[in-house]
Amino acid sequence: METILKEIGVETYLYLSALLFSIGVFGILLRRNAIVMFMSIEIMLNAVNMMLVAFSTYHQDASGQVFVFFSMAVAAAEVAVGLAILVSIFRNHGSVDIDNLKNLKG
Amino acid sequence: METSLVLLLLLAPFVGFLSNVFLGKQFGRTGSGVLGTLAVVASFIATVIFFMQVNSTKEAINIHLFDWIAMGKFSIGFDILLDQLSLLWLMFVTGIGALIHLYSISYMHDDENTHKFFSYLNLFVFFMIMLVAGSNLLIMFIGWEGVGLCSYLLIGFWYKNQDYNDAAKKAFIMNRIGDLGFLIGIFIIGYLFNTLDFVALKQAILAGNGTANLALIGTAALCLFIGASGKSAQIPLYTWLPDAMAGPTPVSALIHAATMVTAGIFMITRLNFLFELAPDVKMIIAVVGVFTALVAAAIGLVQNDIKKVLAYSTVSQLGLMFLALGLGAYEVAVFHVITHAFFKACLFLGSGSVIHALHGEQDMRNMGGLRKAMPVTFITMLISTLAISGIFPFAGFWSKDEILLTAFHGNTVLWVLGSIASIMTAFYMFRLMFLTFFGEFRGTEEQKHHLHESPALITVPLIVLAVLAAIGGAINLPGNNWLNHYLAPLFKGHEAHHLDNTAYMLMGIATVGALIGIGIAYSMYISKKQVPEADDKVQGLHKVLANKFYLDEIYMAVIVKPIYALAKFSRDYIEKGLSNIVFGFGTVADGLALQGKKMQNGNIGFYLFAFVFGLCSIVYYLFFVR
Repeated sequence: METILKEIGVETYLYLSALLFSIGVFGILLRRNAIVMFMSIEIMLNAVNMMLVAFSTYHQDASGQVFVFFSMAVAAAEVAVGLAILVSIFRNHGSVDIDNLKNLKG
Repeated sequence: METSLVLLLLLAPFVGFLSNVFLGKQFGRTGSGVLGTLAVVASFIATVIFFMQVNSTKEAINIHLFDWIAMGKFSIGFDILLDQLSLLWLMFVTGIGALIHLYSISYMHDDENTHKFFSYLNLFVFFMIMLVAGSNLLIMFIGWEGVGLCSYLLIGFWYKNQDYNDAAKKAFIMNRIGDLGFLIGIFIIGYLFNTLDFVALKQAILAGNGTANLALIGTAALCLFIGASGKSAQIPLYTWLPDAMAGPTPVSALIHAATMVTAGIFMITRLNFLFELAPDVKMIIAVVGVFTALVAAAIGLVQNDIKKVLAYSTVSQLGLMFLALGLGAYEVAVFHVITHAFFKACLFLGSGSVIHALHGEQDMRNMGGLRKAMPVTFITMLISTLAISGIFPFAGFWSKDEILLTAFHGNTVLWVLGSIASIMTAFYMFRLMFLTFFGEFRGTEEQKHHLHESPALITVPLIVLAVLAAIGGAINLPGNNWLNHYLAPLFKGHEAHHLDNTAYMLMGIATVGALIGIGIAYSMYISKKQVPEADDKVQGLHKVLANKFYLDEIYMAVIVKPIYALAKFSRDYIEKGLSNIVFGFGTVADGLALQGKKMQNGNIGFYLFAFVFGLCSIVYYLFFVR
């Protein structure tokens, strides 16, 4: 583990993580397809996961990696629920374009 | 033993009230009347027992029923004080009250709400007993308000007539004005002496506690007098009493002649030690009293409604009583209260008998010649009229003469004015008698056909009261002065008038004056057979008098109209302004919400953008600004 960090510094992981997170944010903000937005959320989650793992290795503390497992489990559950909702929306509306989903308007 | 007897005295009319309210319909018309009468008779018997006791022992009875209010050093007990004064008052309140209840059984028999009438009447007697027998000012105030309430209920008893309702409201509101004065007086007394109990107050004042703050005591006395002038119908608050004649005649007799309107005199007599410290206020009382006597008598000269004449006569006589009070002759005022209760109750009941016989006719221009048809009513009313006019040896002669004698010794101007008032009294009372009972009958043929003497239930109370009006003066004959001795413990520095030449001369003058008044009335209405003109034909001074010095109109213009204008101003400007301010808040909030609503457009992309933007702002603030 440490050898990897010696070869590639921890800041590189941070740059990559920040880059992935930003890609996720822009994906959320710019894309209109709900499934793509969903994928963007996953990218953001995984960016954070990667940062946690990197710091965990850097600090020689395993609890960060344990935390990532929890996070992945929750993300899996979230994906299951989220996809189910999307399927349901598609059945009702015939599309998953979020510009067409304005029923929550106050 | 004494406590239970007091409870009987106090609660019998209240029980009568409750049973008539809740079960009156079941008792039937006569039944509810009999019940109401018995309740008052029970009180009367209890009063007589106490009266005998106090008259022999000369000791006041003070009975503590329960503690009422206790705040630090200031405490008010619910006590009943039965001393010479309150028992005397209770005697005629319950005694005449019982007679009038008896009379009402027949008089109100054809009314659909007989049980209601008797329940109100019982409630009135209950409150009147509270007023008279309470041992401190607060209990008196409860009774004071209670009798005002009953007066209101009974004036407006025939509530389907809007004029009667207006008269009831007028009486109530006018009394409220006086009550405010009374209440302020009570507050000042409580502040000064830290007690409201009559006995304790008297001790405090006799010990000289109050002399340090005479100005405040004078204010208290003036406020109390304002209260008394509201209840006892003195200038400027008297105009409700003539209108109060809208109530059934027994009510006029009981409340607006014999008992309730004397409450003011009772209160001042009760607090005589306080008023003695305020000579200026006493002077005001005397002047107000004599002017009320004069003004009311003048208005009474030209009234054509038989009850209105009696009402103004009542106001006038009350004025004479206040004259006596103002001159410090409390026992004389009390004497006149008692004789007045006898003959005025008799006169009102007699007028009720006449009205009853004529099926509701109250205008004397449509009466006349009733002497033959109604001999008992005629004779009893004649005796009472002689009494009120001050003819020897009837009751009114003695009491009125005492007042005038006191006035003569006090202030000659007051004596002259009082004498003029009593000459006018003799005139208008005999005008009433001549128009009603002499000459030819001026009503319709149908009424003439139905003329009849009233039944025994009506005539018996009349006879009893007429006998009392004839011999009632015996309680305080000059030289005997039973009443003065009886009341002596209440007053300090009391002096009986001696029968000297001045007294005889004044008696002579008063009698001659009364005879002159009667003579004028005789020549106008018997010899010349005049009948008062129709209302729209009267001229000059007569018109001013017939319109009661336009006092109602003046009050309307000076007080009621400005208050209406103020109310209209408040409604149109102040309230509008206030509600616009409140409305403005609503409009602003509404506008803000309308703008905020645009943010909630349902566009998920926008929501997400706002979310990210917000988060970025927070992060920026936390890491870069701080």
